[in-house]
Amino acid sequence: MISLETVYILAGLMFCGFAIFNLFDKSNARRAVNALFWGVYGVTFLFGGELPHFVTGCLAILLAVIAGTGKLGKGKSDADQPDVAAKREAGAKRYGSKLFIPALMIPLVTLLGTLTLKYTPLVEAKNVTLISLVLGTLVAFVVAVVMLRDSPLKAIKAGGQTMDTVGWAAILPQMLAALGALFALAGVGGVVADLVKSVIPLGSPLAIIVAYTFGMALFTMIMGNGFAAFPVMTAGIGLPLIVNQLGGNPAIMGAIGMLSGFCGTLMTPMAANFNIVPAALLELQDKNGVIKAQWLTGALLLLVNTALMYLFVFRF
Amino acid sequence: MWVLIGIPIVVLGFALRFNPLLVVTVAGISTGIAGGMHTVDIISAFGKAFTENRYMGLIWLTLPVIALLERSGLKEQAKHLISKIHAATTGRVLMLYFFLRQMTAALGLNSLGGHPQMVRPLIAPMAEAAAVTKYGDLPNDVRQKIRANAAAVDNIALFFGEDIFIAVQSILLIKGFLEQNGISVEPLHLSVWAIPTAIAALIIHFIRLWLLDRSLAKRFDTQRGGIAK
Repeated sequence: MISLETVYILAGLMFCGFAIFNLFDKSNARRAVNALFWGVYGVTFLFGGELPHFVTGCLAILLAVIAGTGKLGKGKSDADQPDVAAKREAGAKRYGSKLFIPALMIPLVTLLGTLTLKYTPLVEAKNVTLISLVLGTLVAFVVAVVMLRDSPLKAIKAGGQTMDTVGWAAILPQMLAALGALFALAGVGGVVADLVKSVIPLGSPLAIIVAYTFGMALFTMIMGNGFAAFPVMTAGIGLPLIVNQLGGNPAIMGAIGMLSGFCGTLMTPMAANFNIVPAALLELQDKNGVIKAQWLTGALLLLVNTALMYLFVFRF
Repeated sequence: MWVLIGIPIVVLGFALRFNPLLVVTVAGISTGIAGGMHTVDIISAFGKAFTENRYMGLIWLTLPVIALLERSGLKEQAKHLISKIHAATTGRVLMLYFFLRQMTAALGLNSLGGHPQMVRPLIAPMAEAAAVTKYGDLPNDVRQKIRANAAAVDNIALFFGEDIFIAVQSILLIKGFLEQNGISVEPLHLSVWAIPTAIAALIIHFIRLWLLDRSLAKRFDTQRGGIAK
C-alpha cells in the first residue's frame, strides 16, 4: 500500500539529490551551505517518521540557523545561458502545444486518482489527494522525459536550480505550522479570546459582528491561517454573543466568519505558502509583491462579509 | 499575558527584515518558555509539528518535471499561444483563469491549479505575453506587477471558491466545531452561505483586473503617442 511515508521517501531522495547537485556546482561560492540546507531538509523527509521528535526539532532549528546566517546562495542558473534560451525557442517550435500535455497531466492524474483510488486498497484513503498529486507528478515526469528525450538527471538538476530560487521560503509554511502548534500548547488562543471579550462593546449587534469578522481577519493575519483563528474567535465572540445572546444563525455565522478569516490570509506574510512562496517562485524582487496585489480585494471582501453577516445572520 | 510574546516577536522580526525562518523559530521557543514548558519539550513539540506537516513540502516534487518542460520551451509556447489571440489582454487572461479556478474549486477540484505547477509555467507567462503583444517590451516593474497579480488570482479564486464545496476541510472544521458546542448544521447550509461572498469576490476582482488593463493601456498608449490608434 502506498502511504504518505512512501511519498515522503521520494521527496527526501529528491531534496538529497538537490543537495548533491548543489555540492558540485562550481558557479556557486556558497555551494556547501546550500548542500547542507537541502540535505538536512531531505533527512527530515527520509527519517522524520523514525527519528525522535527532539532530533527533528533540532534539525528544524538548524535549518532556521542556516537560513538566518544569510549564507544561502544561488549558482548560475542554466536557464540564463544564451544557448539554453535558443534551445527553449527551438523546443517551443518543435513540440508546440504538446508541451502542455505533461504539465496538464499533473492536475488531471491528481483528479482521477482522488476520485478513484480511495475505493482501492492501494493507497491510504485519508491521504488520497496528496498521494495522487505525487502519482500525477511521476506520470508527467515519465511522459516528459520520453517525449522530450531529455535526461532525468538534468531534470533534477534544473529542478534544484528552481528550488534555490525559492530558497528558505520553501520551508516557512512548515515552520509556521510548528509555531501554531506551540501557540496551541502554550494556550495563546484562550488568552486572545479573553482579551477580545474584555474589549468589545456589547451594546449593538453591528459592533459585535464587526468585532467578530474583523477579529477573524486580524487573528488569521497573526496565525497565518483561518483554521487556527476560527475556534478561538468563534468560542470567544461568535457563539456566546452572536448565536446565544442575539439568536443569530450559526451556519451563516460559521460560513461567513471563516470567509472573513480568508480575507486576512490574503493580507499577511504569515500565510507563507500562499503569499511568500509564490513571490519567490515568480522571482519577484519584492517579497510582499503578491500581498500588495491582493490586499485591496481582501479588505473590500472583509467589508462585504461584514455587511452580509449583519444583513442575514439574524434573519434566517 | 506573557504567552502572547510570540506575536510581537513575529511582527517586529518581520518588520525589521530578519530571516523569517529564524524569527518564527525564536517566537516559537519564546512562547513555549512563557507558557512554562521545558526546553526539551519545546524542541520536541517543534519537531513533532514539523514532521507532521511534511506534506506541505510534497508540492516541490513537481519542480523537476516543470523545470524539464521549461528547458524545452513551455513558457515560450504559452507566450506564443497568447500572442496569437488578439483579444487577449493581461486582465482578460487573468479573469479567465480566475473564473476557471473558482468554478473548479467550487466543485472540490482544488488541485487543478497552484503556483508551482500552473501559475509559474503557464498563467504568469501568458499574462505577461498578452501585454507584450500589445505594448512591446515591458519595463521590469510592470513585469513584476503582472506576475504578482497572476499569483494573487490563484489565491483569491481558490479561497472564495472552495467553501462552496461541501466536503472541503474548512467546511468540515466549522461543522465539527459547532457540533462540539452542541449545534448541528448541515454542510450544505454552510456551503450555500459561501456563495454570496464568492460572487462578490468575482465581481470585485474582475473590476480590479479591468482597472489593471486600463492602467497598462494608459501608461503605454500615451508613451507611444497614440500609435495604437
